[in-house]
Amino acid sequence: MKTLRTSVRIALRALRVNRTRSALTMLGIIIGVAAVIAMVGVGSGATERIQEEIQSIGSNLIIVLPGSINSNGVRLGSGGVATLTEDDAKALATECPSIALAAPAVRGGVQVVYGNNNWATTVQGVTPDYLTLRDYTMSSGQFFTTQDVDAATKNAVLGETVVENLFGDSNPVGQVVIIKNVPFTVAGVLTPKGQSPTGQDQDDVILLPISTAMQKVLGANKANAKAVGSVMVQAISPDAMDDAMEETEALLRERHRILPGLDDDFTIRNLTEVFAAQETSARVMAILLGAIASVSLIVGGIGIMNIMLVSVTERTREIGLRLAVGAKRKNILSQFLVEAVTLSLVGGVIGILVGITASVLISRFAEWSTNISLMSVVASFLFSGMVGVFFGYYPARKAAFLNPIEALRYE
Amino acid sequence: MAPVITIQDLVKDFQLGEVPVHVLKGLSFEIDRGEFAAIMGPSGSGKSTLMNILGCLDTPTSGRYRLDGISVEELDSDALAEIRSKKIGFVFQQFNLLARTSAVENVELPLLYTDVPAYERRRRSLEALQAVGLAGREHHQPSQLSGGQQQRVAIARSLVNEPSLILADEPTGALDSRMGLEIMAIFQRLNREHGITLIVVTHDPDIAAYANRTLHVKDGRLQEDERSTHPRDARIDVDRFEAEALEAEPIKAGSR
Repeated sequence: MKTLRTSVRIALRALRVNRTRSALTMLGIIIGVAAVIAMVGVGSGATERIQEEIQSIGSNLIIVLPGSINSNGVRLGSGGVATLTEDDAKALATECPSIALAAPAVRGGVQVVYGNNNWATTVQGVTPDYLTLRDYTMSSGQFFTTQDVDAATKNAVLGETVVENLFGDSNPVGQVVIIKNVPFTVAGVLTPKGQSPTGQDQDDVILLPISTAMQKVLGANKANAKAVGSVMVQAISPDAMDDAMEETEALLRERHRILPGLDDDFTIRNLTEVFAAQETSARVMAILLGAIASVSLIVGGIGIMNIMLVSVTERTREIGLRLAVGAKRKNILSQFLVEAVTLSLVGGVIGILVGITASVLISRFAEWSTNISLMSVVASFLFSGMVGVFFGYYPARKAAFLNPIEALRYE
Repeated sequence: MAPVITIQDLVKDFQLGEVPVHVLKGLSFEIDRGEFAAIMGPSGSGKSTLMNILGCLDTPTSGRYRLDGISVEELDSDALAEIRSKKIGFVFQQFNLLARTSAVENVELPLLYTDVPAYERRRRSLEALQAVGLAGREHHQPSQLSGGQQQRVAIARSLVNEPSLILADEPTGALDSRMGLEIMAIFQRLNREHGITLIVVTHDPDIAAYANRTLHVKDGRLQEDERSTHPRDARIDVDRFEAEALEAEPIKAGSR
């Protein structure tokens, strides 16, 4: 312990004496650590953003689409037949223990008009459950109620993008917009959600009561007046996702009277799983960036070793003198080791600061979200210390095992 | 009184490739406490090797070496370091001061490897600097000091751990004759006033003349052990040198 304290003092003194060189040696580590911090920040920022997007969809969601059907050998794509109904949705919500909510929806493209402005957007006919299920909140006004759905009232809830394009800055609540020649009162505006994981603008939407949408806007399906475009199902918890999917399949097969051995006439998809793949790829990218940056940290370590070797050679006489006046080999070893570790740790701290600054600049000017975790800061600090020990050991050993007689005569 | 150094049949061989070189071929002598001895010999005589062994930087091939009653010949490198730290002070021809490090910090260096606490280190270093007449220059760096002053810092460094023995290897070799005389005067004073045991290794008979005893080494053997009861007094010689310099006009101010 005492040896270590002495070594620290001697090492700090030696580093002060060679300021420029100490600074240049540290530069390698500074750049290495800064690169690791910034790259890991960018990577985890990207991962976080994707996670946010996934969450913006809503949690524990399963989507049920009307299925493909095999009609005389011609297979129609998903949604090709109107097999899914509002009653199916109600049954799912009430009969399946693992399902919290089930919200039917119909959708279609429309042109919406307000005064002199018009805008092409998507209309979704939904029930109030849809709001809960998708984690939508209202930034102003009210969402429509079950009574609105039952009575097929002409109330509309607008997404932020639609509001911007039709109303600009003025308040849309209470105004009347025309959709397919039908006047709707704007009941409320949704809080913006931003982009979905697939890159769609989730705010470019108008929500209508599903009954109104089917009867007045999109037109009911000719074959089945109660057919819907999709049913969104929310499981009671993330763990219940698999159960919820099984129950959905069993219930719908029963309701649709599908005999065992025949294909489903609907498709069930786990939305979270679909987007988790994207998250994984972002994570891989983050790891890759971090790994590449670590290489520069190792290069910085080699820089330390290089300078320490030069330093040992240059200070051969000093080492000889120290040995002659009573320094033991372990004193010399720890002196040079402490010098290397000090260089790498101080470089590490500066590198962390530079890295954080760089991440802040990246997120500000490149508008790329970054995320500095305490984990990455601590890990970089420890890693830079380890680099110092690893690359400092060989030069320190070389110094400690110099022959004092030869070292004293060294020119 | 027990001698500081007892050497018996000291032999040192070096292996140069295939050929063994016999550098020291059986030396025996004793040096008493308070002696001021010079080891003289031409280059290649083995005096540097002898000096390295005396300084515990090297071990003999055979023979015995007792320093302060301790048998040094079988010690390992850490134990030798301990001996050097406690019992030996070195003065080198090239001073070997640490650059960009103040005089007092240079003097402290040997104490960094001992248990002496920081304030005591500083106190003893300042005292040692005072003993060599460098009071007031404690915080000068070597580059701000003359050659003679640098060597005095080195002497202070050799004194600071209160060693049993100071070994000086050609201490005046890098200095002009006047500075060399000053250094010898300091050695004589330390020897007389503080009773410090001193060994100066030199090839210069004029320097050896200031010692009480001269050991002549040649071809790895002790050729002659010469004691002088009245060695030259370096202080008187310094004064004489200055008087001569004053007479020898003209001398420009500031030059030597």
